[in-house]
Amino acid sequence: MEISLLTLLYIIASVTFIIGLKMLSHPDSARKGNLIAAGGMTLAIFGTIFLYRDEAGNKLHNYAWIFGGIVIGCIIGTLSAKKVKMTAMPEMVSLFNGMGGACAALISLVEFNHLQHTLENSRIELLMMDAAGPVQATLLVIMAGLIIGSVSFAGSVIAWGKLNGKIKDFSFNGQHIFNIVLLLVIVGLAAYIIGWLPENASLIFYAAFVLSLLYGVFFVLPIGGADMPVVISLLNSFTGVAAACGGFLYGNKVMLTGGILVGAAGTLLTILMCKAMNRSLANVLIGSFGGGAKGIAGDTNKEAGHHKEINIMDTAVVMAYANKVIIVPGYGLAVAQAQHACHELEKLLNERGVEVKYAIHPVAGRMPGHMNVLLAEADVSYEKLEEMEQANEEFPTTDVVLILGANDVVNPAAKTDPSSPIYGMPILDVELAKTIIVNKRSMKPGYAGIENDLFYRPKTSMLFGDAKKVLQDLIAEIKSI
Amino acid sequence: MESILNWISGNEQIIYIVILMVFVGIEIIGRVPSVLHTPLMSGANAIHGVVIIGAIIVMGKAESDNYLALILGFLAVILGTINVVGGFVVTDRMLEMFKSKKKAPKNK
Repeated sequence: MEISLLTLLYIIASVTFIIGLKMLSHPDSARKGNLIAAGGMTLAIFGTIFLYRDEAGNKLHNYAWIFGGIVIGCIIGTLSAKKVKMTAMPEMVSLFNGMGGACAALISLVEFNHLQHTLENSRIELLMMDAAGPVQATLLVIMAGLIIGSVSFAGSVIAWGKLNGKIKDFSFNGQHIFNIVLLLVIVGLAAYIIGWLPENASLIFYAAFVLSLLYGVFFVLPIGGADMPVVISLLNSFTGVAAACGGFLYGNKVMLTGGILVGAAGTLLTILMCKAMNRSLANVLIGSFGGGAKGIAGDTNKEAGHHKEINIMDTAVVMAYANKVIIVPGYGLAVAQAQHACHELEKLLNERGVEVKYAIHPVAGRMPGHMNVLLAEADVSYEKLEEMEQANEEFPTTDVVLILGANDVVNPAAKTDPSSPIYGMPILDVELAKTIIVNKRSMKPGYAGIENDLFYRPKTSMLFGDAKKVLQDLIAEIKSI
Repeated sequence: MESILNWISGNEQIIYIVILMVFVGIEIIGRVPSVLHTPLMSGANAIHGVVIIGAIIVMGKAESDNYLALILGFLAVILGTINVVGGFVVTDRMLEMFKSKKKAPKNK
């Protein structure tokens, strides 16, 4: 009775995951969808705690430990999720993802320890009688969970560190080859353990564990910030697969459903993001962007001419007397927490009869939708946000384009310079507008490390400074006109 | 070869689940507007937190004198819970903003 009740709960949970993800795909139902999935998860967790029986029909024990862990996890999870700033959301998602990966890896560690006893006692018999199949299958799942979980954990932590600036880009010559060799060694070790059940299996197991962590680190380290969304999404789907490995291990259908669902969805999302940047997934995986881009940046630097600066007062006048202004937000806006000031500027210009819109590039910021979330926080209305295609149609009739901390997404090199690492990426054609004002903190290249020709074009003026400060000054200036 | 076939027939259900879920996952994502990509990634992130169930099973099965299993299992439960709870809360926070945005034009 109890065990079949648990099966029912698992089925309900699986359905809520699917419905939840489905509802997350519409703005109207998204929030409800998230809550439904959370409800299903709660059912599955408490069902497992109270109703789970192992093969021999034994109940779970160690309730104190389980509840202790859940309470601690709840507190840490809720607090960190509530306190995190909107700008730091991508890092947070990455970190949570890493926790899931670590969880999967730890499960594999413990299960391997259980299995090891069996191995030590009956390894020879198993091999002699050719009955090692089930053990090998279990071992395969354990190894897969360990490797994928560890890579996901280490990679997510690095991605988190890179996004909040604690870890700098790092790459060395031959890193691609090093990564590939490392991966081959890990796979080789896993195959050796599974295929031959060697006597010193535990030594090799822990070696594979450490190497997987190392691979996670070296996998993400050389990749530039522009690629972080792709990497996080990919690691997200990795963790999904790692969770599914746990599902295999325990024959647990809800873990399998949830894990594979996220694995598949995450992989597709990753590919969609790559497409938006016109790059192949393989290219991102090998991690050539961050390293290669710097050399090219150095070359184009010399050809660059002079840039023109504009002050707040002139900017205020140009904007206040324009008919149509399009704002292009980027990561700089997020860093400066300038979304509220931005909305205020928009309202002010609106009152003066200026039409204001926002042009959102699909990969602006550090994650797709990053800018939408940010502007939504400041109550910018939906209709004002335009996707790239729409915006590109409107630029020719636009008087002023104000670029707030965006760089690579408006770099004309993506269209004109085949040697540029971002060549072929669709960009916002801001050059079609009459005037372009670029707000940046300095002339430094953007996160992809590429020089931007746009800043040296005759129609472009530079407005240096922190986005929030500049916007506030601009608002004050426009009010006084 | 025979053992592989045996394994396949032995795990028939699981293999069907995997195949079907791959397609369900792809179908769902294929229709999401790019605006919702971040909340969706975050929501999916919370859902793969089901790995917590494995952690609970590990923890619940551990003998009370097997300290290694207890400690690792305990850590796994904590990390898994953070993934689940944190993931859903962060997603909710993101979506909260989308909701307020939808209301704004109606009020005007």
